[in-house]
Amino acid sequence: MSRRPYVRPISKTTWFMRNGRYKIYVLRELTSFLVAFYSFYTICALAILASGSVEKWDSFITAQQCTGWAIFHAVALLYFLFFQTFPWFKLAPKAMPVQVGDKKLPDSYIIVGHYVAWIFISVFILWLAGAL
Amino acid sequence: MTIAKKAVVWGLFAAGGTLTSFVYPALIVLFLLTSMGMVPANLQFDQFYAFASSWVGKLCLFVVLFLSLWHAAHRLRVVVHDFGIRQDKLVARAVYTVASLGTVLTAFYLLTI
Repeated sequence: MSRRPYVRPISKTTWFMRNGRYKIYVLRELTSFLVAFYSFYTICALAILASGSVEKWDSFITAQQCTGWAIFHAVALLYFLFFQTFPWFKLAPKAMPVQVGDKKLPDSYIIVGHYVAWIFISVFILWLAGAL
Repeated sequence: MTIAKKAVVWGLFAAGGTLTSFVYPALIVLFLLTSMGMVPANLQFDQFYAFASSWVGKLCLFVVLFLSLWHAAHRLRVVVHDFGIRQDKLVARAVYTVASLGTVLTAFYLLTI
């Protein structure tokens, strides 16, 4: 080894800006903020529900009704779909390959299966909530 | 981190990632509908309270929130590292503490209902 090996300077904070793939990787990782945000939001809703007060619940629901929140949720939904749900399904055949007999099930089957299951689950949740 | 612990947090991350991919779009749609004034019928107090009172409802809410919290915690730990903060032990302790707290609060509120 040479005495002064060349170390390519790489920024610790902006390294992913050099390459499109890295940028998409970081955008995907950032969906964890949304997961954390909506988890704690739901826990807050449960806390208000657990208080047992109809007035508190109704004022909580009323407080949600503003254009700012609507825009936030719409953007969050699109961001989540394109950087979490769809990439996760695309990755599924690599993470969970399915073998039938001697052959591997084609990737497309697994991906399509995920989309079909996702549509059923989404419709079920919306139906359960009374939104359909 | 020991290998055994790594398997646990990685398992929770993977399970949570799969679950959030399937469930969160619909959850965000419910928040969206509410914010637009089209509050879904079963999110009224009586209906939602009844759902959260049932054991099936409690179980569903707990599993979704538990796995989501631990998925987010593990992924945020990596994000913090990616943005150049290299105090992994401290960060790990912080994110897993918050996830534990969220898990305990979820269980507490669900048991209160």
